[in-house]
Amino acid sequence: MRKYTPKDNVQGKAKYTDRFWVAPRVPRESFDEDSHFAAVHKAMNEAVDVLDAYVELDQLVIHIRPEDNIAALKVLKNRCDYAMCSELSAIDYLAQDGEFEIFYQMLNLKKAKRTRILTRIKENQAIESIVPLYAMANFAEREMYDMFGIYVNNHSYLKRIIMPDDWVGHPLRKTYPLQGDEHAAWYEVDKIFGKEHRDVIGPENRDPGRIDRYDSQRFSRVGYEVPFGAQEAESETEQPIEYSKQILVDYTTGSEVLDTRK
Amino acid sequence: MAQHEVNYASTGGLPVALTTVDKLLNWGRANSLWPMTYGLACCAIEMMATGASRFDFDRMGVIFRASPRQSDVLILAGTLSKKHSEFARRLYDQMPDPKWVISMGSCANTGGMFNTYATVQGVDRIVPVDIYLPGCAPRPETLQYAVMMLQKKINRQSGNMNKNTKQRFV
Repeated sequence: MRKYTPKDNVQGKAKYTDRFWVAPRVPRESFDEDSHFAAVHKAMNEAVDVLDAYVELDQLVIHIRPEDNIAALKVLKNRCDYAMCSELSAIDYLAQDGEFEIFYQMLNLKKAKRTRILTRIKENQAIESIVPLYAMANFAEREMYDMFGIYVNNHSYLKRIIMPDDWVGHPLRKTYPLQGDEHAAWYEVDKIFGKEHRDVIGPENRDPGRIDRYDSQRFSRVGYEVPFGAQEAESETEQPIEYSKQILVDYTTGSEVLDTRK
Repeated sequence: MAQHEVNYASTGGLPVALTTVDKLLNWGRANSLWPMTYGLACCAIEMMATGASRFDFDRMGVIFRASPRQSDVLILAGTLSKKHSEFARRLYDQMPDPKWVISMGSCANTGGMFNTYATVQGVDRIVPVDIYLPGCAPRPETLQYAVMMLQKKINRQSGNMNKNTKQRFV
């Protein structure tokens, strides 16, 4: 059975409080001498500077320098039969290392083998486009530019693909707030009505379950009623809820007549 | 007198119905609500089911139109992303008056579970909403009930749309 952890106040507490907790890592294995991965590694070693190479979950992972990405993918495509690049994107390690990690997930359809090319770039460094080798990279590199702000050199149409063109910021960076920054919060208001309408429409309500007891337009008062739209000062002390006797009836000992017709 | 001819004077009931202009206008408006074929997310699947034969929206006079120029109800069915909000508002603006808006589903009402940077937190931030329809996603019967509620609301309103207080931003 799973270890029981107390669930009280789990929202308030940080998820991992153990200072010495180490995230489990996928074991890195070496490859056999005469395997397919060894041949790939050998071909890659002849062409580019391989920083690190190992096998993770039956996939070969090769670390290269960012300026070698075209040469490395050429080797995979032309000499190792990797006909398909199934995914290409980046991971934000800016806070940790000041770098992005860019990965190219490659697939060999003849041998059913996958190889991942990893490379790391600095925040303001650009990477060369691989569209001449793999056409799928056209959209994937645009998405990488959109989500992380990584410029891709020699891309024919480097433009935002998911977010609108006039969006500010790159949402998949770890520093981007989940509920959006100032620009994101007012995006639709600014675009449709103009900035001067921010006051009219008001800020976003990020907690739709919130009940405002001073709002007499959307909520009715329990216990005592106020007119629709009545303004009530927030400085006023909260009154205890007074239930009327007609609502709360003690059925066991009460002697009141419930139905006046009787 | 031939048998098929009706003697209006003698039958005791003239074929005259007395009503007000308001009621006549509202009767016409409420019984032919034509929404736009405009789906945003999974709620649109329920909306399509509502329009199809099993739930049969046509019997209520609701016929989906493929153009904002021909429709008078905008059913915002689904998650409205901030990127798309501009176009939703444009479609609303293209509809001729009188027009009504049904906000269908949790996402359209409040942003729903998408408490993120890219989702409009309630479509009432961009268009005035008449009916908020809860559910994730609402059943087709619920959408039909919303239209019935909208018909009731229209029948309560003045025939002169300028008199009806509506949330107008611009």
